[in-house]
Amino acid sequence: MSFDAAYQSKAYNSVGTRPLRPDGVDKVTGRARYGADYDMPGQLVARVLRSPHAHARIRGIDTTKAEAVKGVKAVITAADLPDLSDGDAGIYATLDNCMAREKAMYDGHAVAAIAAIDEKTAKAALKLIEVDYEILPHVVDVDAAIATGAPVLNNAIFTTGIQPAPSAPSNVSNRAELGHGDVDAGFAQADVIIERSYKTEQSHQGYIEPHACVASCNADGTADLWVCTQGHFVYRESCANLLGLDISKLRVTSSEIGGGFGGKTHVWAEPLALALSRKANRPVKLVMSREEVFRASGPTSATSIDVKIGATKAGKIAAASATLRYSCGPYPGSWAETGAMTAFACYDLENVKTIGLEVIVNRPKVAAYRAPSAPMAAFAVESAIDELAHEIGMDAVDFRIKNAASEGTRSSYGPVYGPIGIGPTLEAAKTHPHMSAPLGKNQGRGMACGFWFNFGGETCTDLNINADGTVTLAVGTVDVGGSRASLSLITAEELGVAYDDIKVVVADTATLGFNEMTHGSRGTFSTSLAAISAARNAIESMRQRAAIMWDIPVEDVYWENGHACAAGSKHGNRSPLSIQEIAAASSKTGGPIAGHSEMVADGAGVSFATHICDIEVDPDTGSSRVVRYTVIQDAGKAVHPAYVEGQYQGGAAQGIGWALNEEYIYGEDGRLQNPGFLDYRIPVCSDLPMIDTQILEIPNPNHPYGVRGVGETSIVPPLAAIANAVSNAVGVRMAHIPISPPRILEALHDAKG
Amino acid sequence: MVEVKLWSGLRPLADNRDVVCVEARTIREMLRKLEERYPGLAQPIHDQVAVAVNGVIYRDDWSQELPDGADVMLMRRIAGG
Repeated sequence: MSFDAAYQSKAYNSVGTRPLRPDGVDKVTGRARYGADYDMPGQLVARVLRSPHAHARIRGIDTTKAEAVKGVKAVITAADLPDLSDGDAGIYATLDNCMAREKAMYDGHAVAAIAAIDEKTAKAALKLIEVDYEILPHVVDVDAAIATGAPVLNNAIFTTGIQPAPSAPSNVSNRAELGHGDVDAGFAQADVIIERSYKTEQSHQGYIEPHACVASCNADGTADLWVCTQGHFVYRESCANLLGLDISKLRVTSSEIGGGFGGKTHVWAEPLALALSRKANRPVKLVMSREEVFRASGPTSATSIDVKIGATKAGKIAAASATLRYSCGPYPGSWAETGAMTAFACYDLENVKTIGLEVIVNRPKVAAYRAPSAPMAAFAVESAIDELAHEIGMDAVDFRIKNAASEGTRSSYGPVYGPIGIGPTLEAAKTHPHMSAPLGKNQGRGMACGFWFNFGGETCTDLNINADGTVTLAVGTVDVGGSRASLSLITAEELGVAYDDIKVVVADTATLGFNEMTHGSRGTFSTSLAAISAARNAIESMRQRAAIMWDIPVEDVYWENGHACAAGSKHGNRSPLSIQEIAAASSKTGGPIAGHSEMVADGAGVSFATHICDIEVDPDTGSSRVVRYTVIQDAGKAVHPAYVEGQYQGGAAQGIGWALNEEYIYGEDGRLQNPGFLDYRIPVCSDLPMIDTQILEIPNPNHPYGVRGVGETSIVPPLAAIANAVSNAVGVRMAHIPISPPRILEALHDAKG
Repeated sequence: MVEVKLWSGLRPLADNRDVVCVEARTIREMLRKLEERYPGLAQPIHDQVAVAVNGVIYRDDWSQELPDGADVMLMRRIAGG
């Protein structure tokens, strides 16, 4: 870190205010340009042929007839994407996922692609591609995939993380074990033990904007890619690796983004667009349909989780354990391990053990989804915690308060916590009016806690002081949730100027150094650290310019409220110089004024939340309705409180949809039955109540303003909070997400015997 | 001397130890010495490891100093959404 990033408590002028977001007008008037809103002269339209089979060997592909169609300019298969992975399993998996090589591994797996003069021609030609499939046995369910007799999907996968190393391939790609203490001894001390199994179904991030890009490969080996992504620098590296391009010759520009939530941290079709453009020698636009988005991009894991928690009658947890099985799709991942790390992170446990099993299935490759893996683990653990509190006769909030982690606690995933917010969020929940509000008929109340790590990462910014004193900040982190507003506020605060004088732009990959993606809730955290550093560098430059203008030593110039001021009795009678005055004179004092920063912006603070939910259930139909919902979360510092609240509400809304309705449904043939928003139901405004929020601010010691990151944690508690609410409403423990009307009716029916 | 805790996936690559003692002043020096002692750790250190120092997770800032008695753990580097 190039400057002291330690937290310093002070009063703010800009940080903490709620101005309009700089990208707002463009977005509500339709001027903002998203992935599909860009065109290049002479561009072609691409369509992708996808496997209709869940698991099939590709014996051959005949593209002759398609290539002969008038207007078709290029047809590609895996043969056009040679393996350049050089033994890197991750790159090879990405390559294979973009275009199936030997086998189609899931319904929707790309097997060929066409670029044609228009969509009609491309679609017609697609039908003429003949693929010779040998259909193989498939398995899509996470438990079925590890059951005896399940087809082994990849003979090259041997379970890692166990000893001795196995001699036979398996659908379990890795076993991870975490924890400390002695859980057997702990359970022996417990007066009450809850042991239960839970399942969650696969859900999609449901971003409104499908994946879209325009690619142009030029004859001189250079290429341009306009794309909707959470990380254009990472996309540049992925595409360059897959296509054998020099990184410097591929320029990637990120469009506005209509939602990502982790699903746009991986390349899916972008390498195909580049390969088609390279073959056709013309620009190619590729926009995935909604059906393709569902079948072939970004779902989260389906899970099966066993939890065992024991406590004394006094309400102290004696031991906790969990085995978490997460589906990964066809390629190894670390989703279960992440779930295992987060499962018990809210609690101070003497004896804890979690096991994560990564399971290979014939489903799309799993991608991150907002605090990936944590919501499912929290659902299982927080459901068991609630049941345990009930069994020992304690209030659910009091039980959690009694066992909550705090500063100095060794977390269940290993490290010791610094200052954290789980206790304060629980205390806030206990006293929140929502907790004591009366409930109506057929209504139940539930609450739950959640945790997410938050990340930092490589970050680079350029800050330019323009001739009129306004400021341009070029960043390389894509704005997915209002970061241009928060970065403007922090830059304004640092320089001592007005929010409206700052213009933040997301620069392309040719104009800034590498930036890690916008993921891990790092957008505002990391980029604000770089912006602060750049602003302080610019201030240093402006002090020097003021010294030149005054002809006094720079040591006698200090910066205050957007002005250079002369210090000491010798110079005290000089009027301060504003940024505008310094900028106006810059051509005669040394030229343009700028501040640059490149850094590894690490040191993000972990994040906790507590949610409260009231739900009403119709016992005749199983239909449910969220009638009140409250989010309480530690932000560290809410730079723009309205957009922090928006993140809290957005995470809760997505969690509510996942908890009650969203689900990938596969047929016996292994094909996805509901790849569209009519049959895969996400909540709309009329499904949701006003989601109330309460922002807590426990400063992150590793950020000058105390910022932690707020983008992900809000999706962690909803599954459990809703499950607890429904369970309390109907008197039956709901252990299978989504808690859709048929599942509620089935549970009620089973309870009646 | 720093006690470095290893996540379970690394232990088979480090003589099945869950804690390794290293004389190091920074994350970079600590990782280098771990690699020298256990060459099998080189690959995961290259692309799978994050380092927690007194509860703060460092994914790439290997210049961080390790205070005396610091709580240090090698964690899996995980994805965010």
